[in-house]
Amino acid sequence: MKSSLKLISLGVALMLAAACGTGSESAGEDSGSTGGGGSKDVVKAAWVYVGPRNDGGWTTAHDNGRLAVEKTLGDKVETAYVENVPEEPAAATRAIEGFARKGYDIIFTTSFGFMDPTLEVAKKYPDVVFEHCSGFKTADNMSAYFGAMEEAKFLAGMAAGAATKNGQLGVVNAFPIPEVIRLGNAFMLGAQAVNPDATMKVVFTNSWYDPPKEKSAAESLLDANSDVLTQDVDSPATGQVAGAAGAKWVGYNSDASEFAPDAWLTAPVWDWSDYYIERVEAVLDGSWESHNYYGTLADGIVGLAPYGKSVSQETQDMIDAKRQEIVNDEFDVFQGPVYDQSGRVMAKKGEALSLDQLLSMDWFVKGIEGKLPAS
Amino acid sequence: MSADLFLTVFVAGVAAGTVFLFAAVGEIITERAGVLNLGLEGMMLVGAVTGFLVNHQFRQLWLGVLAAVVAGGALGLLHALLVVSFRTNQVVTGLTLVIFAGGLSGYAGESVVGVAPPATFEPVAIPLLSAIPVLGRVFFRQNPLVYLSYGLVVATWFWLFKTRPGLNLRSVGESPETADAVGISVTRTRYAAVVAGGGFAGLAGAYLSLAQSPSWVPNMTAGRGWIAIALVIFATWSPVRAVFGAYVFGCVEALGFRLQAVGVDIPSFFVSMLPYLFTIVVLVVISRDTARRRLAAPASLGNAYVREER
Repeated sequence: MKSSLKLISLGVALMLAAACGTGSESAGEDSGSTGGGGSKDVVKAAWVYVGPRNDGGWTTAHDNGRLAVEKTLGDKVETAYVENVPEEPAAATRAIEGFARKGYDIIFTTSFGFMDPTLEVAKKYPDVVFEHCSGFKTADNMSAYFGAMEEAKFLAGMAAGAATKNGQLGVVNAFPIPEVIRLGNAFMLGAQAVNPDATMKVVFTNSWYDPPKEKSAAESLLDANSDVLTQDVDSPATGQVAGAAGAKWVGYNSDASEFAPDAWLTAPVWDWSDYYIERVEAVLDGSWESHNYYGTLADGIVGLAPYGKSVSQETQDMIDAKRQEIVNDEFDVFQGPVYDQSGRVMAKKGEALSLDQLLSMDWFVKGIEGKLPAS
Repeated sequence: MSADLFLTVFVAGVAAGTVFLFAAVGEIITERAGVLNLGLEGMMLVGAVTGFLVNHQFRQLWLGVLAAVVAGGALGLLHALLVVSFRTNQVVTGLTLVIFAGGLSGYAGESVVGVAPPATFEPVAIPLLSAIPVLGRVFFRQNPLVYLSYGLVVATWFWLFKTRPGLNLRSVGESPETADAVGISVTRTRYAAVVAGGGFAGLAGAYLSLAQSPSWVPNMTAGRGWIAIALVIFATWSPVRAVFGAYVFGCVEALGFRLQAVGVDIPSFFVSMLPYLFTIVVLVVISRDTARRRLAAPASLGNAYVREER
């Protein structure tokens, strides 16, 4: 008895540890051959995804890009993908190298954690070209690409600022990392562009995807008086909570309005189609070169999902006008004056935050109520 | 933190704790019969995906719940077949079931990941009772499945401790030889207990995917099945004490987010860790308290029974 109880304890402890970091790998790839440089008749393109391709968010956006490539290039391209690849070096390397070995010409890897594995495989397969999303390392046959989501977040923030009645917004965030903080700040600044007194409460779930937790987090924001919710996590749980409580909601990554049609305002979304088509075409005609690409609103990499019915024409026009300013380079999302929570000036009037400041952002802008760990 | 916000911790705590309650009550029935079911997490996942799929297909919430119970029970039957009839190691079999069911549920639910459910369980205020100050808001403005959990806890407690079949079940868990000698079928009782436990786990899963956060996501249980197993030990195999444990766990989660929302300076990682830390503390404390364990743990828990074999 005693030993079996110990065994239970051990088992429970082990599985708790395992439950914190699991991910299943399921391949949905085609097989094939050929390789080499120069122009080609048929390009074989592969995608390595971190989540399921129907996650309704991040990975769906990439997969829509893949489908657009298939549709546009027709029989000049063969595509394949592998989904649910863990951000763990051994597993990621295996997935990426699997495509390289099978003679794929261009391989897109779409999660930050795939950066080093991609680089490693790129060194081993100089004739294959690689494109890594959301990182910063490049090589002769490896590009980095990402987009200015902060521009879309700012516009979405304007919709939230116009919708709030008491000026209190709330955001369900994933992790306190620079990317999430930057996007949250952009959203806050957008809301303040419409409603200068708007504030925003922040809750971190420490997970990209845990609907029950996201639901708890969203409820706590409503209980703390927020009347417009938004999110940097992937599931629509936040919207379901807002919908049930009669609050408003700005989603993220995709049009999830069906989950809470009355709450829905809009969502900042990714659209990779044009970029993927262009890069695969570049391999077709032999013009592919490594680069570090940062797409913008102007390029259509980021944008807004369709508006909900409660967003007035006036608000839509105002957002469109701002979008035009951003596209024309007349306005920068982090244009000064920008203050941090304590009121310190982070960017003076007439200046904007530098790229370095953006990429290492570890402070909230004025108006955000919430603490960052160790700041 | 205002009094009202503090009250919402308990409202949310009951809603978030119910999933632990369903799973723990089922596990108590199973363990009281002397069988350990570590496959809870997997059975919950299968219940969650089954409930979601059926609701998605037929727009029938309660049919979804029923299907989840049946699916959980079917996995329980598999567990019983292995550990009761084939006498495989209960710990290893349970762990295997988690991995098997995790994969199975992911495969079955592939087409509905991120799909909005056609109907969900919404909170319903119970007339009169919901008007009671504080308690009414905490306990009687919840969704129907929470009310079902109240009934099932009472019924399970009554059945286990006040009826003849309940006594038979407990005696099988304490001393199968004696039970066998007086004519109780150990095999049949254990099969029934494991299948019932699986059904409860399926119900817990349906609660997650139809009421708590209506959606399907692979691995959406996120360790809640393991917490429920720890909870059974914490509750010393009593459905009534499991109620307190379940709500404490629910409130810990709810409190953490509310502290963050009002800007209390607590690292979010610390808050995320709390339920798991709590589980470890419970296991350590319970493992040390030998006297208490002797009082409560079913004596033949984890041991296969073979007639006339010592």
